[in-house]
Amino acid sequence: MKRILENNPLENEAIHIIRETVAQFEKPVLLFSGGKDSITLVRLAQKAFYPATIPFPLMHIDTGHNFPETIEFRDRLVQELGLELIVRNVQDNIDSGRVMEEKGKYASRNILQTETLLDAIEEFGFDACIGGARRDEEKARAKERVFSVRDDFGQWDEKNQRPEVFDMLNGNIDHGQNVRVFPISNWTELDVWSYIEKEDIEIPSIYFAHKRPVFERDGLIWSAFDDYVYREDDEQVYEKIVRFRTVGDMSCTAAVESNAFTISDVVREIRSSRISERGARIDDKRSEAAMEKRKQQGYF
Amino acid sequence: MEVLKIATAGSVDDGKSTLIGRILYDTKSLTDDKLEAIEKKSQSRGYDYLDFSLATDGLVAEREQGITIDVAHIYFSTDNRSYIIADTPGHVEYTRNMVTGASTSQASVILVDARNGVIEQTKRHFFINNLLRVKDIIVAVNKMDLVDFDESKFDRIRSDVEKLAAQANYKNQSITFIPVSALKGDNVVYRSENTPWYRGKTLMEHFESIENQDVYETADARFPVQAVIRPKQADYHDYRAYAGKLYGNDLSVGDEVTILPSMTSTKIKEIQFFGSTYETAKRGSSLTLSLEDDVNVSRGDTIVRSESIPRSGKELNATICWMDRNPMRLASRYELQHGTNKIMAKIKDIKSVLEVQSNQQSHSVDNLVLNDIGTVSMQLNKTLFFDSYAKNKSTGCFILIDKQTNTTAGVGFIE
Repeated sequence: MKRILENNPLENEAIHIIRETVAQFEKPVLLFSGGKDSITLVRLAQKAFYPATIPFPLMHIDTGHNFPETIEFRDRLVQELGLELIVRNVQDNIDSGRVMEEKGKYASRNILQTETLLDAIEEFGFDACIGGARRDEEKARAKERVFSVRDDFGQWDEKNQRPEVFDMLNGNIDHGQNVRVFPISNWTELDVWSYIEKEDIEIPSIYFAHKRPVFERDGLIWSAFDDYVYREDDEQVYEKIVRFRTVGDMSCTAAVESNAFTISDVVREIRSSRISERGARIDDKRSEAAMEKRKQQGYF
Repeated sequence: MEVLKIATAGSVDDGKSTLIGRILYDTKSLTDDKLEAIEKKSQSRGYDYLDFSLATDGLVAEREQGITIDVAHIYFSTDNRSYIIADTPGHVEYTRNMVTGASTSQASVILVDARNGVIEQTKRHFFINNLLRVKDIIVAVNKMDLVDFDESKFDRIRSDVEKLAAQANYKNQSITFIPVSALKGDNVVYRSENTPWYRGKTLMEHFESIENQDVYETADARFPVQAVIRPKQADYHDYRAYAGKLYGNDLSVGDEVTILPSMTSTKIKEIQFFGSTYETAKRGSSLTLSLEDDVNVSRGDTIVRSESIPRSGKELNATICWMDRNPMRLASRYELQHGTNKIMAKIKDIKSVLEVQSNQQSHSVDNLVLNDIGTVSMQLNKTLFFDSYAKNKSTGCFILIDKQTNTTAGVGFIE
């Protein structure tokens, strides 16, 4: 039997934040994408309230362009842990004509998620949305608070953020406002992978090296598995051993060449990587301020 | 892995962002795609050097104006440990942002421009680090290349800061002086050939040598209850335990404890975390406690060792940093958040405001404006159990929330 409970600073901080969220808000929800960060959040939430079950639902804003492995994984996880899962589909807003699908070579549904997310927040009256964003991912995210207040349009007022001192979190909000909560703000990509390894957390298979039909564009490798990703006639499909470093919408997430077949391979690969995690995310490459703009509009 | 948090402070143009960029570059923490972006941008601006501040100024307005507006957090690691650097802005809202950055940091870098020496901002930064009791201060004398690496300029700044330190009231602070050029890289990660007279460590060598202490130093154990865990599953029908984070010192099974504010005493029955039970919990850990007796405990209560009960009262004297555009006014009421506890406080007296230039306290005033640091006495609507900040950081600080705007308007350090 383990006798001494050691301080694991990042884990303890995250659990502290999740507990504060449940204590200070009436209707929290965990935004679940099926990616490694939100899977890590689920484990942290389990730990925060154990042996009680996680006291909030998971919500997936489904672009309809997900990797099938992720969806399968999501449904199994929810069932095993006895959690409530809410799914809201970007497709519904496209069908009703409320949002327009992007066209052309770089079309992605990533940005369309914002509208669906804001609708769902209003529909369920969520006052706190827990997300797996990390400050090391992107420089606008580096400016983000742990409790980030959004107005009823979901907008981020980046120039007027509340100070956060010590670990005291102020969850007071006005009616109609909501808070985005980021428990793993201070984790790096490597921290997340090391934690997944140490905790033996299961993750979707697309994070590991596998053979996949792909094509190349702008120096990035894209999945040619199905028709979600637009492909020109002259873009040749061939097979390659790849894995995904982030799991977003298929249309904006490129694969990387990799021989990381196990979790310890992945940790080693990340440790020596010379390219940042979001280097394979085309949504950030649109402009230098792409993330900041999306956040102002209510993106997570 | 160990994590060391470091705050940076300096005036506009002292080169903070450049210094951080330099650290990232020389420790090879900038990935190829980020480096490429910086090279491109620097070129397009016509610079003949790499503008590392582009790595940290994350907002459009910051890049346009070439200034840092809000605290940014930068991450990198060595084989030894992980680092988090809070890059705090040097301009107008410096106090508010510095306090924010320094409150979670074990060490602070204060940048001084070798050409300008110690200025009002330096004094303020030094004072805030002292007030927050940040253990390790590094005075980085920057732009040494612009003063021909002149040792006498460096010595002058050292002796000026040492004079400030002699007046300060937190004596356990360690202060280290390092001559650097962030732009050229001297003594940041690599030892400089331009400062043969300097025998100390480089900035990075110093970081690596800092002993990793919790921001909340060793003190009496304090366990503010965040939540009561009562599972709805049938197997746990009678289960009742208290979730929170432990500050100050370790707690062990069998310890005699007192619940505040009810002052009921009992013993720790079990220390649990995710299905495992433990004999002892180290300070800093998030855990779940159960108690021997069926006592009434709820969120906002604090569990302490019976031998070390904190002070209590309905009045409080504290030093307050005001962080809101609306001034703190005499006789106003604020919500006071102390750990997980929230009560109401009324401002009875603003006894003095710090005048940084002279390091003197002025006499009584009617309000504190944004970035003011003052000593205040408050009346509370309920009895609060608290420690002095000097004795116990976790129970010695609080925030004041403006109930009309819900914003965090000030932070207080209890006397």
